[in-house]
Amino acid sequence: MRIKERIIEGILMLCAAVSVLTTIGILWVLISESSSFFSEVSVFDFLTDTQWTPLFADKHFGIMPLVSGTLLTSFIAVLFALPIGLTIAIYINEYAPKSFRKSIKPILEILAAIPTVVYGYFALMVITPFLQNFFPTMAGFNALSPGIVMGIMIIPMISSLSEDALYAVPKSLREASYGMGATRLQTSFKVLVPAASSGIIVSVILAVSRAVGETMIVAIAAGQQPRLTLNPFVPVETITTYIVQVSLGDVVQGSLEYQTIFAAGVALFVLTFLLNNISYFIKKKFQEKYE
Amino acid sequence: MNEHFSINRVKDNAFKFFGIFCTLFGLIMLGVFLFSVLKEGLPRLNWQFFTSFPSRKPEEAGILICLLGTIWVMVLTSLIAIPLGVASGIYLEEYGRKNKFASFIEINITNLAGVPSIIYGLLALEIFVRIFGLGKSLLSGSLTLSLLILPIIIVATREAMKAVPKTIREASYALGATKWQTIWFQTLPAAAGGIITGVILAISRAIGETAPLIVIGAMLYITTVPVSPMDDFSVLPIQIFNWLSRPQKGFIVNATAAIIVLLAITFILNGIAIYLRNRWQKKVKW
Repeated sequence: MRIKERIIEGILMLCAAVSVLTTIGILWVLISESSSFFSEVSVFDFLTDTQWTPLFADKHFGIMPLVSGTLLTSFIAVLFALPIGLTIAIYINEYAPKSFRKSIKPILEILAAIPTVVYGYFALMVITPFLQNFFPTMAGFNALSPGIVMGIMIIPMISSLSEDALYAVPKSLREASYGMGATRLQTSFKVLVPAASSGIIVSVILAVSRAVGETMIVAIAAGQQPRLTLNPFVPVETITTYIVQVSLGDVVQGSLEYQTIFAAGVALFVLTFLLNNISYFIKKKFQEKYE
Repeated sequence: MNEHFSINRVKDNAFKFFGIFCTLFGLIMLGVFLFSVLKEGLPRLNWQFFTSFPSRKPEEAGILICLLGTIWVMVLTSLIAIPLGVASGIYLEEYGRKNKFASFIEINITNLAGVPSIIYGLLALEIFVRIFGLGKSLLSGSLTLSLLILPIIIVATREAMKAVPKTIREASYALGATKWQTIWFQTLPAAAGGIITGVILAISRAIGETAPLIVIGAMLYITTVPVSPMDDFSVLPIQIFNWLSRPQKGFIVNATAAIIVLLAITFILNGIAIYLRNRWQKKVKW
């Protein structure tokens, strides 16, 4: 009996170890493939060159245009999602009846469950033509439309994480504010939001991280032209789109072009890893504050 | 003083309506979106569309191969990810409470959950496709998606196991059951509802995933029905992406029709998950 118990525990532990192997695998693949890339292209050029043209005759390997495209679309997404998501969180927390809260959650969850390729269609075929009514000079592929659609996609994430943060604010603070005669709006913005600010910041950082790693929406609707710009009306290319673009073509394995997708992958991994850990750090500090 | 009071009241009420609007905004977008998709794609959904192979002519093309691919991926991914994920969840929740290895795995899983899906594609391209030599097969794709959804299943399992009250475990131990007997006959069945809900949501996520499969080279244009896990494959989202990138209007209509099919599958799975969760929450009162 005891031996059987030990064997079962061992098997379960092996299963749990798969996730460690996955992490090791990711790190190993990214490092080994990109190290041969960086033996041919200097890290300095990679970070400072303002052009990314590995697929052309005149090759440049500056990651900045891809990073700027990625950050531009992500920034638009958060700019769009934060006001709406935060308002939803405040509304559900302070204004809405309890029954409403129960029925609205599944609806927001549906938004989060829609496959991203479908959101990409939405950006390309619905939002872009709609926006072109207002901005006639806007290109068919641009940063604005996928940015907005990514915003719609991350609204549930921001609203539910912010709501948790607002909910965690001690009741005494809320009651003190109401006791002073403040309205719900004043209580929300002058007491609850500042008190929950670290939780809200965490939700925003995680949302940025999600948007940075998002692939299909930008691959479908943002275009494939790496350029260093803040103009939301012209085509841009994100890190993820570049990886998709190369994967669709016939690039020879082991070639420098092939290695560029791993170098781009490193940039993407580092970006999201930093964002996730900053949010984790803030979350830890925040928990200490209230306990 | 009084005036001040009423202005604040008005602002408060104005914000209330803004709040209602924002909350319904998602619903409105969903409505606009479903309407535009159904209007464009519904007329295209006929028997021919479901039973045809890919084609250069949009009106002759169909989703047979990618629909079968999606079903294959769904089955294989479930077979791989569910046992692994549930076992990991059980280990972390029941065995690894206080040891260092378990807390190391936990940090790992938190980090993995934040890794963009396309990175899993790069991992799989190198490990499964090249080193294991599995090629661009269904098995490669399913292994990739399994790794991707593993954190979701692990977290769902742990939450469900955590919700089972201590008293049930203690009663079982008091009757002389071993740890594993307690888990297998008591805790796991009691947590099944929550685990199944999490698993369905994870599978639904896997079916909609596109990027990692593009990276491992899932074929955009294949003309044979996949009959074994080692066959080349395509899935619905990849077919949609492919059609969307064609200039002809006919292919866009095809993409829209395929989106309806993909959304139907996603919504059905999510509906089942939400239904099970509600039923489970209602039934179980400890």
